[in-house]
Amino acid sequence: MVFLAALMIKSSPVKAIVTVMPKPSVLDPQGAATAEALKHLGLESVGHVRVGKSIEIELPDGADEAQLHTIASDLLSNPVIEDYILEIQN
Amino acid sequence: MNFAVIRFPGSNCDQDCLLALNALPGATAKVVWHKDSSLAGFDAVIIPGGFSYGDYLRCGAIARFSPIMQAVKKFAEDGGTVVGICNGFQILCEAGLLPGALVRNRGLHFICESTTLRVERHNSALTNATWTGTLLNIPIAHGEGCYFADDTTLRDLHHNGQILLRYADAQGRTNAAANPNGSCANIAGIRNRAGNVFGLMPHPERACDPLLGSTDGKILFQSLLAWPASPLRKHDAENLPASPLPPVSASL
Repeated sequence: MVFLAALMIKSSPVKAIVTVMPKPSVLDPQGAATAEALKHLGLESVGHVRVGKSIEIELPDGADEAQLHTIASDLLSNPVIEDYILEIQN
Repeated sequence: MNFAVIRFPGSNCDQDCLLALNALPGATAKVVWHKDSSLAGFDAVIIPGGFSYGDYLRCGAIARFSPIMQAVKKFAEDGGTVVGICNGFQILCEAGLLPGALVRNRGLHFICESTTLRVERHNSALTNATWTGTLLNIPIAHGEGCYFADDTTLRDLHHNGQILLRYADAQGRTNAAANPNGSCANIAGIRNRAGNVFGLMPHPERACDPLLGSTDGKILFQSLLAWPASPLRKHDAENLPASPLPPVSASL
């Protein structure tokens, strides 16, 4: 059983998911265009739509949360225009 | 004056910059590869336009970590003149050498067209061969050229005389109709607080030959050459009276 559990851990490494979204104060023309398209598709009641991105990072040797926050704010997002959410999946 | 033109993978205006600069008396421009780490012997640095690293992640986000950028930072800290054009402007903002950021154009489209720029301040290394209020015809070519900064930063830029170029109409009015990409306060070009790092979205190197429809870009390069001996230099710390800042909305 221990062997099996070890195998399972090995087959699904730790994963960090960084979701980057434009700050509410920054104009998001992609979101606005998408909202228009949604209306054309018949979804008549559409509020604000915002488009961001999600970055999945596999971490075979585990996650260093502090390091991931540094990476998320220095490279993966630009704090002037974007916010990020870091999620670590074991 | 020796210019370094930094070439990243994906830079595509480096040759244009070399041609434009080397055509000017007193200027010698050479390419510096992004993996180099020294800027020894250069008097000014140009970060040209293009799509460094394919614009992956964000424009300029990855180029910022290239080895040469450490040298560019040091060069700027030591007072050296650094000019980022288009993608170069994006890289300098990402690197924190200039305030604000460049985001997707308001209309989502890539825009390649001539623009009229109004010089907001001639008392700078980039604009001293012009006069405040001069209109320049210089093209833009970008998809992410909408200058964004929060209200505090915009006010600081204004009060410190850091806004150098703004999009204007043929009469020099910097109104919403003259704003091609949604930039806050029609901003097309700025400098840092210390006055030695510059960023602009328009391409002066594409306006240096009559065949290209305008030679106004040359004036900006000539300014860089004239600056070391310019009498304006000693007044650089003084803020010239600037035109009033229009109502600013972060979501123009």
